[in-house]
Amino acid sequence: MSADSSGHVVSIKLYLAIFAALMVLTVITVAVAFVDLGPMNTFVALGVAVTKATLVILFFMHVKYSSKLTWLVVASGFFFLAIMLAFTMADVVSRGWLGTPGS
Amino acid sequence: MSDHATTHAYAHQFDSAEHQHSASQLGMWVFIAQEILFFGGLFVAYAVYRYAYPTAFAQGSHHLDVTLGCFNTAVLIGSSLTMALAVHGAQLGQRWTQVIFLVLTIVLGSIFLGVKAIEYGHKFHEHLVPGPGFVFDGDANHAQIFFSLYFVMTGLHALHMVIGIAVLAVLVWQAWRGAYGPSYYSPVELTGLYWHFVDIVWIFLFPLLYLIGRH
Repeated sequence: MSADSSGHVVSIKLYLAIFAALMVLTVITVAVAFVDLGPMNTFVALGVAVTKATLVILFFMHVKYSSKLTWLVVASGFFFLAIMLAFTMADVVSRGWLGTPGS
Repeated sequence: MSDHATTHAYAHQFDSAEHQHSASQLGMWVFIAQEILFFGGLFVAYAVYRYAYPTAFAQGSHHLDVTLGCFNTAVLIGSSLTMALAVHGAQLGQRWTQVIFLVLTIVLGSIFLGVKAIEYGHKFHEHLVPGPGFVFDGDANHAQIFFSLYFVMTGLHALHMVIGIAVLAVLVWQAWRGAYGPSYYSPVELTGLYWHFVDIVWIFLFPLLYLIGRH
């Protein structure tokens, strides 16, 4: 950390490496989409997307070099998204499981 | 006001310029956390309806152009790189590096929007816009849900890019005037955070909209 500013200066080499990784992952996600993996297709696609997003957040958005408080805010954003998604889908998926009483 | 290029006094509520910088960064992240949930609602709607109508979603996805989507993904990731390099230039006080990379980011963002406009045009010609004129060979009713989500999600994403490009244009002007350097570059960094967030939204939209049921 430099003394005159709070920002960590990431090397251009690292930026280029992250860019290359994002491009390779894009090629992978497109290639995998044309292979039949059954329901795994969606999970692979989401796995690659999460990996790409993590790279962008950690390096392009400098979160790797940010304060704990920033980490907390970033994590809380995704945590509440996970709650919204998980609870909604828990309802939607389980609706038909018990049947309707009296019918 | 922080318009003065050389002296960067910090506002009285902060201990130091560094304190001010980290506070502005945190504020931007709070905004982005809100944006995650703002887009998140649409992603949840997508999950609910795709779970309910997987076939219609796969059929609808087949009508999207993978080549253009792929091209746009590359363009947007490229714009994230140029944005990161612009922030890098600002951190090191390199005036022309900032200006050039900010302009490149605007150019790449505009290419993305141009391609998106062409894609929207195709959808109108192919009667794939939800409404009375919707024509679809397959599960038309539920395919309309897919295309509604397609237009709202990509439209909201494009709106974010239009706003981003407008902010970048102001930054180009300010950077050209030499407003940003190692001791003060918060506006460049915060705009970078916003731009990268918009990139992340597309990273999820691309496989979820363009790549389902391709095999």
